[in-house]
Amino acid sequence: MSTTAETGTAGAGTQGFGGVQARSDVTLNAPRIAIKNLEFFYGDNRALKGIDFNIPDRQVTGMIGPSGCGKSTLLRVLNRMYSLYPGQRATGEAMIDGMNIVAPDADLNALRAKIGMVFQKPTPFPMTIQENISFGIRLHEKLSRSQMDERIEWALTRAAIWDEVKDRLDASALGLSGGQQQRLCIARTIAVRPEVILFDEPTSALDPISTLKIEELIDELKRDFTIVIVTHNMQQAARCADQVAFFYLGELIEVAPAAQMFTAPKHPKTQEYITGRFG
Amino acid sequence: MSLSMTAGSVPGPRKDPEVAAALGRRRKRADRIVRALCVGSTLIGLAFLASILITLTYRGFTAMGPNVFTRVTAPPGSDGGLLNAIVGSLIQASLGTAIGTPIGMLVGTYLAEYARGSKFGNMVRFVSDILLSAPSILVGLFVYQILVLPFGGFSGWAGVVALAIIVIPVVVRTTEDMLTLIPNTLREAVIGLGSPKWKMIVFVCWKSAMSGIITGILLAIARVAGETAPLLFTSLGNNGWATDLTRPMASLPVAIYSMAGSPFEDWIALAWAGALLITLSVLALNILARTLLRGRK
Amino acid sequence: MPNEHIVRSYDEDLRRLRDMAARMGGLAERQVADATRALVRRDTDLASEVVQRDVQIDALEREIEAFCVQLLALRQPVASDLRVIISVMKVSNDLERIGDYAANAAKRAIVLASLPALGSLNGFERMTHLVQENLKAAMDALVNNDAEAAGRVWAADEPIDTIYNGIFRELLTFMMEDPRNISAATHMLFIAKNLERIGDHTTNIAERIHYAVRGDSLPDERPKADDSAYAVVRPAGE
Repeated sequence: MSTTAETGTAGAGTQGFGGVQARSDVTLNAPRIAIKNLEFFYGDNRALKGIDFNIPDRQVTGMIGPSGCGKSTLLRVLNRMYSLYPGQRATGEAMIDGMNIVAPDADLNALRAKIGMVFQKPTPFPMTIQENISFGIRLHEKLSRSQMDERIEWALTRAAIWDEVKDRLDASALGLSGGQQQRLCIARTIAVRPEVILFDEPTSALDPISTLKIEELIDELKRDFTIVIVTHNMQQAARCADQVAFFYLGELIEVAPAAQMFTAPKHPKTQEYITGRFG
Repeated sequence: MSLSMTAGSVPGPRKDPEVAAALGRRRKRADRIVRALCVGSTLIGLAFLASILITLTYRGFTAMGPNVFTRVTAPPGSDGGLLNAIVGSLIQASLGTAIGTPIGMLVGTYLAEYARGSKFGNMVRFVSDILLSAPSILVGLFVYQILVLPFGGFSGWAGVVALAIIVIPVVVRTTEDMLTLIPNTLREAVIGLGSPKWKMIVFVCWKSAMSGIITGILLAIARVAGETAPLLFTSLGNNGWATDLTRPMASLPVAIYSMAGSPFEDWIALAWAGALLITLSVLALNILARTLLRGRK
Repeated sequence: MPNEHIVRSYDEDLRRLRDMAARMGGLAERQVADATRALVRRDTDLASEVVQRDVQIDALEREIEAFCVQLLALRQPVASDLRVIISVMKVSNDLERIGDYAANAAKRAIVLASLPALGSLNGFERMTHLVQENLKAAMDALVNNDAEAAGRVWAADEPIDTIYNGIFRELLTFMMEDPRNISAATHMLFIAKNLERIGDHTTNIAERIHYAVRGDSLPDERPKADDSAYAVVRPAGE
């Protein structure tokens, strides 16, 4: 069933280049998050209506749709960001490891350690590069000095920024370029070792080259993490995602493997949206 | 854009070049008048300011000398200085800031981080803003009522409290403003890592806002350094050497106030020197605040 | 398409692409008809005209291909747009092959004009008529985005195969009767085979159009009646 989980070793047996399986052949893995009849309210306004779908384990789920369609809202439901704001609430189910994310009694700090988030604009903390990474780790773990250094290097390496910053770990993170800051934020998120990483339009503030670097990174990260990405850029969803979900007016219109979504979507609304015929 | 090219060559409704030219001339005339008014008013304002500064610098420097910094106030004609007033001002301003700043910061943080949009928060903000613009003599009278009368006399402490009360709303305002400037996504990024709110405030929000808050504190110091009215009713002033906060204490503004009103030439000269000192230190604080604010990213 | 693109020039591009394909289809159709007419009327002038016109079809194919590549690069099409562009690219390929077969038939018609006539050419005319109809219906389906019509074309190849089988047997008989007929009969056999192949390419076109409209493929097995392979000997077990 889980084909991608094995690509590291089973590459020889699968078709494709250099043992990497082409995304079009990928079947979807077992669900990591199972969403059932999820609804979300801003006050009295229902922003998500009866959402049902699964987020497959260690694959990339792309969420697309016009502004205000609910895709970002769903992302903010998944790590309970909405709980910061009064008047916002969710009902239904979003199960991860047998726990309902939207349950009122969920342990939010533990949940957020499990489900990390990377934002649209890079959000470096006003500290050194090193402190940016260790800040999150210290919230959840007690590490010795050497363990901490090791973890910092690991996270920065995974986020493909280690080589660029290893000589200036004590410099302020605010001095990095936009693309570097975004990768630092990704490093900060994975340093906590989440299971799921949510990306909210992670490249909309970046130039094309930095964008490609982030996309390459996402592709790399999905070996270990389940990834959900909201994007306004359809090509980006096509490039990155294994599964694509199309939202419109708070409803999930269609969810399908990316290759199918972008060659032969089933729903006319999806077809109109992705081909640029939206009225 | 030349007017000639618009006619004919551009598709769409035609434009009458005559009308356009007439309108253009009228616009230019109005522009000249408004500009003349603005420049004129600026020049008048600058002239007053310059004359104040020139007089102050001239008379202040004439009266300046080592005695100003080394001697305490003495009877007219006996070569006194401003040492007691300078030290008194330093003590009262720094203690007042030290007391007012933490309270102001905490209130500002409460308003920005916990009470955003709440009724109580709005009320606190409103009251703090009133305090910010209230005449400082009211603060002096208030402290006079609660600290001077019941405890039987003017004291340095009363002055310190009065200055702290003036510092608080300034710091509240700048703290809240600076924290509100922090984008919400930064807060969400911290919370998103699984951080409790207090850690978010202390380690990230305060840190990002720090240079702004320090600027606010410096401006608050600059303001209290020149306050006379609240001190007249609280620490009163003292012609002798005094560092005991339970007794009346000298301060530069009060010293200037009393000396400038005296009929003695040398006291009046000392008042000018004191005024120059205050002006220079306020100027220094402002420059410091500006450099800090510019260093902000 | 029910709706228009937000970017209008994109719609114009796609319309232009369909027009180009329709023009190429029309040209191919005419080539097939003229090749057979030249054969039937023993008209060598017409036949050489057909041979020369093949260049136009080839040029049109290159033009369509370049335009498709340009659309892919500049518009990054997805879903139905992507399918239409890819399909037209492949359809142009089929049409080019059809043109080649027609030109080849015309060349043979020139040779045949110098040889004595052999039997009736009714079968060729009927076959051409059917092929032409299918090709026209297929191109109409492309222009009208009509998957049902494409499906009908796809299923309508059977009668063509049947006629081809008849011609095959008939020519075989001529060759057996008199070896001097072999030269003419062989050329005629190739012409018949060309027409049959044109029919097959037409069903390919129908398949591509069906994919362009619906996004799924027609079943692998198409009804076929071409059993000429077994006209002389049927292998055991078939």
